[in-house]
Amino acid sequence: MRADPSDFSGNARAALGDDTLQAALGKLQGDFRRDRVDMLARLPEFEALRDQARIIKDHALDHLDDYLVQFEERVVARGGVVHWCRDAAEAQQTITQLCREAGGSNLVKGKSMVSEEIGLNEYLSQNGFDPVETDLGEYILQLRRERPSHVVMPAIHLNARQVGDAFRVGHSDLAPSRSLDGPDELLAEARSKLRQKFLDADIGITGANFLVAETGSIVLVTNEGNGDLVHTLSRTHIVIAGIEKIVPTLSDAFALVRVLARSATAQEITSYTSVVSGPRQAGEADGPASFHVVLVDNGRSALLRGEFRDVLRCIRCGACQSLCPVYGAVGGHAYGAVYAGPIGSVLTPALAGMEKARALPEASSFCGQCQDVCPVRIPLPALLRRWRDRIFDDPALSSASRIGIKSWFYLARRPRLYRIFQWLGVAALRVIGRKRGYIRFLPLAGGWTASRDMPAPEGGSFMQQWRRHKGGLR
Amino acid sequence: MADARGAILNAVRGAIAARRSITPAVERPTTYIRPKRAQGQHMELLERFCEFARVAGASVARVAEYKAVPAAVARFMSREGLGDRLVMASTNRLFQLPWNETPRLSVLRSGYSPDDRAAMTEAIAGIAESGTLLVSSGQSPNALHLLPEAHIVAIDSGVIVGGYEDALETLGENYGDRENWPRAATFITGPSRTADIEKTPQIGVHGPRQLHIVVIDGKTPG
Repeated sequence: MRADPSDFSGNARAALGDDTLQAALGKLQGDFRRDRVDMLARLPEFEALRDQARIIKDHALDHLDDYLVQFEERVVARGGVVHWCRDAAEAQQTITQLCREAGGSNLVKGKSMVSEEIGLNEYLSQNGFDPVETDLGEYILQLRRERPSHVVMPAIHLNARQVGDAFRVGHSDLAPSRSLDGPDELLAEARSKLRQKFLDADIGITGANFLVAETGSIVLVTNEGNGDLVHTLSRTHIVIAGIEKIVPTLSDAFALVRVLARSATAQEITSYTSVVSGPRQAGEADGPASFHVVLVDNGRSALLRGEFRDVLRCIRCGACQSLCPVYGAVGGHAYGAVYAGPIGSVLTPALAGMEKARALPEASSFCGQCQDVCPVRIPLPALLRRWRDRIFDDPALSSASRIGIKSWFYLARRPRLYRIFQWLGVAALRVIGRKRGYIRFLPLAGGWTASRDMPAPEGGSFMQQWRRHKGGLR
Repeated sequence: MADARGAILNAVRGAIAARRSITPAVERPTTYIRPKRAQGQHMELLERFCEFARVAGASVARVAEYKAVPAAVARFMSREGLGDRLVMASTNRLFQLPWNETPRLSVLRSGYSPDDRAAMTEAIAGIAESGTLLVSSGQSPNALHLLPEAHIVAIDSGVIVGGYEDALETLGENYGDRENWPRAATFITGPSRTADIEKTPQIGVHGPRQLHIVVIDGKTPG
């Protein structure tokens, strides 16, 4: 599978034939659907909390400049430093420079999607640092040199055997006789390996779920506790975060915490939710000597201006991925980008360019489940439709596609003509499928009939049946 | 990179100005929603805290007074086979309790060693809506709730509140101005967990495998 959004259809085809992946996706989506129903039953205010979450994020975006400046002031007042980076290259260089200044080379890292976005680990490795991912899923992927396939369950596409294989390759001290058969043995192996990395850490890099303007704090949400170990045991703590992570106050942050884990894993709250404000304070026994926040724009201020602004509300819960039928069929890697699923199909054309990512907005059935579950009510289907409009307006669209769409547009607005064509089409299909009752090959739809038979039409069109039904009611 | 700050703020301001010309800015909510489960009388909140803490995978013991904490901790440690050493920060007021009267238990008075299997801290608040504890790096080293196999937390039932907002208020009452806040205020709900391997729920991935909460119903010590 290639990590390029322009290969979506080829990647999707490969994914559909991957039994391990299909089993994993089935479990992910089945479990989430069930657990989410249970979660909703325990919190009747959930829908109102989603409305509130949307308002909080919209407000923060509408005053983003003020809150960013306030956040910087408060970080400095707590003894920290804020760094501003326009793009991936600036962020890579800034963080590498901070690592050099920190002294020491043992670098541990908490999970951060924006660090994936800017290719931080690759850049650090090229510059003499060896960052160790400490979220279990991310650690497994680092050993396998893979991208996360889901925002909150990054290694969801793998089975235990594949994890064991990754450990055997990556842990050179592992005795060949050592059993790594089940999740428990795998966990014990990872725990002992990573425990030593935490204890040896010089530099710790984490993301942030929220940046709090009022206090200059970051709010960090994990289940494993790895993020807290990273910032507690390192001498230098570097936070990397997109500028859209700002909220005004801690109350706002916790109003969002109430919907975050519930939307991510259907948990009430994660095991650890930490409010971290600056380096070690006077009288404290542990914590880093220095604290840096690297604020990354990387296309966000451009999104703020345009018709895709609503995606900046995203709090990276992954609910849209966990319920999307397209994601559920092909998995995260098929999207060939950092963000998969509906949110990725909106973000990737903006971040990687429409040229490369034009297949992604097309890969939607517009069923609307993503919008139904989004905790900050991002209108994902509407945003995908906007990308489709832009793709249609793009001169690079093939003339066959353009003629097809235009013809459909012409017909769809002329019901009488549409019905005549429909009648002709149905008559033709009846003739083709007369003998067997189904059609093995359909011209212009060879891709569709290659793997299935088309049933021959029977029983009249919807309009005909509707007239009959209404007549029956009278 | 020197002008990156100005460039980003300019771009953001331009975007916001363009939007203001179309639609007014969204204001903050005037009141915030407090879920029902974050509200109630003290006794209700106490019971709900214990219930949700157990749902989240913690074990909960209740004692009538602070004096009874060492015996409760000894019982837990012996039942779980955690050895006879308990790590605690010497600045912790729990340190003053009569630990010597309890056999098999000796309090380590200095830093954390990787061999220590159990550590104890005191929560500054407990949150009923999700059975969550709030601990502060100003009171105990952060490592004590992250590194041991078993994290034992004492909590005075008087600090159990309804929702997260109430706990943040408690934090403010404890530390006053934001300038004096601890580096890390951690909301802990159950033990360390993951589901990263085949979505199998597993406990104790990096942090504690066990979270044991001792709720003290009586008066504060000393």
